[in-house]
Amino acid sequence: MYQATITVTLRKSILDVQGKAVELGLHTLGMDAVRNVRIGKSITMTVEAADETEARRLTENACAKLLANTVMEDYTFTVTKV
Amino acid sequence: MSSVRFGIVVFPGSNCDHDAYHAVKHVLGHPAEFLWHKETDLKGSDVIILPGGFSYGDYLRTGAIARFSPVMNEVVRFARQGGVVMGICNGFQILCEAGLLPGVLMRNTSLRFACRHLTVRTENPRTRFTAGLRDGEVLNIPIAHGDGNYFADDETVKRLEGEGRVLFRYCAPDGTVDAASNPNGSVGGIAGIINETGTVMGMMPHPERACEERLGSADGVKIFASLIGSFAEHTV
Repeated sequence: MYQATITVTLRKSILDVQGKAVELGLHTLGMDAVRNVRIGKSITMTVEAADETEARRLTENACAKLLANTVMEDYTFTVTKV
Repeated sequence: MSSVRFGIVVFPGSNCDHDAYHAVKHVLGHPAEFLWHKETDLKGSDVIILPGGFSYGDYLRTGAIARFSPVMNEVVRFARQGGVVMGICNGFQILCEAGLLPGVLMRNTSLRFACRHLTVRTENPRTRFTAGLRDGEVLNIPIAHGDGNYFADDETVKRLEGEGRVLFRYCAPDGTVDAASNPNGSVGGIAGIINETGTVMGMMPHPERACEERLGSADGVKIFASLIGSFAEHTV
């Protein structure tokens, strides 16, 4: 069994208004050094697979078909044996 | 005029299904039926309406889960065979997620839920959804959404614009399209679009909530009447 951890964020080219609002909040708290705040989603799931290649293929498929909408979102993921 | 049968899909979380039913059945006088999301029979509908609401709680993304409802398989098949489908608000979001319309509806740039009457300008009166409108006609229709910020890549937007597939744009009451009239940050102020074949339409504003003067506007009737009229022309 494999543990997949997926991060979905708005594509870099798209203005992340939530991230901007949070960044402003952090600046208001005096944390001026903070920049480029992006808000996303973290999704975890376990995958039954014979090996890591298959686990990655299944996770990739899940991301492309449902977990992210690639018109506006990018995704990255890690897969580890558990 | 012969009657046009409307099928109104009800997802868990739909909340404008009864508004749509009331508008087409009681205001326009055409037969309408609810289609529960688990159904796989569209009951001979001529038009499928995907109504507004928060299907499946907007989990993951608006419309993302609804498109896997059993009824949606049939709606997609119906649309691919040339069936007429109208998506309003959440219905528009579902049509984009299902790939029946291009693009996506993102969070409003204001990060606020926008719920008010506003004005949209008719950009193309040469479709079955807009045939009863004048070019540039301004309609008073309410919006009620948190995710209505239409986005597609530059190439897609250029194609929509070039092919006259932008049906409505947010505008000032005099018809001027400007940033101040855009309630959600949509690219080009786009409020509604149509597919290549002119049979699948999605719009964020709610025409079904603007079908009687006592509700503040009856401009929505013009859209439903255009659609109903298009069937008469096609069956002659």
